[in-house]
Amino acid sequence: MDKVSHALVEFREMDALAAQESPLHRMHPLIKLLVTLAYIVFVVSFDKYALSALIVMVLYPILLFQISGIPVRTCFYKLRVVLPLVCAVGLFNPFFDRAPLLFVGSVAVSGGVISMLTLMLKGIFALMASFLLIATTPMDQICAALRILRVPSLLVTLLLLTYRYISVMLREVSVMSEAYHLRAPKQRGIHVSAWGSFLGQLLLRSMDRADALYQSMQLRGFHGEFYYAESPRCTPGAVGYGVGCVAFFALARYVDLPQALGNLFVR
Amino acid sequence: MIEFDHVSFAYEPDTPVLRELSFRIAPGESVGLIGANGAGKSTILKLMLGLLPCLEGEIRVDGLPVNKQNLTQIRRALGFVLQDSDSQMFMPTVFEDMMFAPRNYGLSKEEAETRVDAVLAELGLEALKHRYNHKISGGEKRMAAIATILAMEPKAIIMDEPSIALDPVNRRTVIRTVNALRMTKLLASHDLDMILDTCDRVLLLSGGRLAADGPAEEILRDQALLEANRMELPFCLAGYHPRGQAKA
Repeated sequence: MDKVSHALVEFREMDALAAQESPLHRMHPLIKLLVTLAYIVFVVSFDKYALSALIVMVLYPILLFQISGIPVRTCFYKLRVVLPLVCAVGLFNPFFDRAPLLFVGSVAVSGGVISMLTLMLKGIFALMASFLLIATTPMDQICAALRILRVPSLLVTLLLLTYRYISVMLREVSVMSEAYHLRAPKQRGIHVSAWGSFLGQLLLRSMDRADALYQSMQLRGFHGEFYYAESPRCTPGAVGYGVGCVAFFALARYVDLPQALGNLFVR
Repeated sequence: MIEFDHVSFAYEPDTPVLRELSFRIAPGESVGLIGANGAGKSTILKLMLGLLPCLEGEIRVDGLPVNKQNLTQIRRALGFVLQDSDSQMFMPTVFEDMMFAPRNYGLSKEEAETRVDAVLAELGLEALKHRYNHKISGGEKRMAAIATILAMEPKAIIMDEPSIALDPVNRRTVIRTVNALRMTKLLASHDLDMILDTCDRVLLLSGGRLAADGPAEEILRDQALLEANRMELPFCLAGYHPRGQAKA
């Protein structure tokens, strides 16, 4: 299987993950969306040196992995391309911020190292939360939740169709790539001389497919507004879960829980 | 049900695809649209569905002229099964795809689901209900595509190359399904055996004009007429020979 076909399979696996059964999967999408947004906002708002306080926020994704039954390695495998980029964000901090912030034994740790680690963790946590939202909620339900939040229909439809068209486009790339490699068996990748025509053909073919799909939608009464998948009922338990999560995020944000716990033992 | 009155159409000004084309399909008729590649079959289908603008002449569907104001009613009356099922099925599962049209036409979730279940039961496709579109075979996908259209409860079904890329058993299943439908049917196809099996009347297109219009049995047995219009006798009538020598 070539890389593109593999990417297509991986992309479709997300739909399969979202269709699984668990209490988290059955929860109302609006609750999941709001809790995820709150989590990201709280995580991002931590001070750049608040490494120990930030670490507590890992409890939320760990809890979600447990409830949803989604393996942690699946998350890291799917995010393998984005994670290094996120981690690279703070890579230069140790060079700019060299003032010692704390000592581990006799070793001084600079503020730059701490802020780099904090930035990395913020990125990783935010990505994990986003992944968990998508892996436990079908895209239709996320869009339905966005509509409840009064996000304009045009934007939501655009999001849904973009999501749908990614697989259509990947399939076209896969077919073209197979056809190319069957006639250029010894080549690794696509030769630079063919890039222009390959991309041009891809664009034309994608437009044709998009046109056909759109016509199919029009012929079945589509007028710009999707009827999204029915969401599960919003139960008091789900609301309680949402309120509890946000309360925990706020507590972790404003109280340095590891330090408080440490103080208990030191005394 | 469908009327073409002196319809002409061209994609480019100097190369007309349809010239002064007139025909009428009555409610309940089962009609095959045949012709060589480029004869204008797909153009005719797109014109009646309002996917292409009618430049000359008039097209009426269910008594309504095909124009912007009537498109919703016309598209509700005509269910179009595309040649490429992959382009037709764009929702993740068969069920969601089948719910798409009824929900767009204002049915409640419960009403739409009842209708979808009834169509699936009628076609014997209950097992496909919650399957992912990308995980079903080509034959299943074609049947699912027909099911999505039947869930609209159209007055007429239009099919573009319904037997293309199907194995013999799936092709036979589609033929049985088409024959069981009690509605107006228009099938555009190169599969003349299928047309013979499913249609009472045939429209033979050639060079943008109607070369023949009459009973399927009569037109599809007329070797001279078919060959004059770049077609051949259906295999079942030609005594097909694997080395390509058809019996006269």
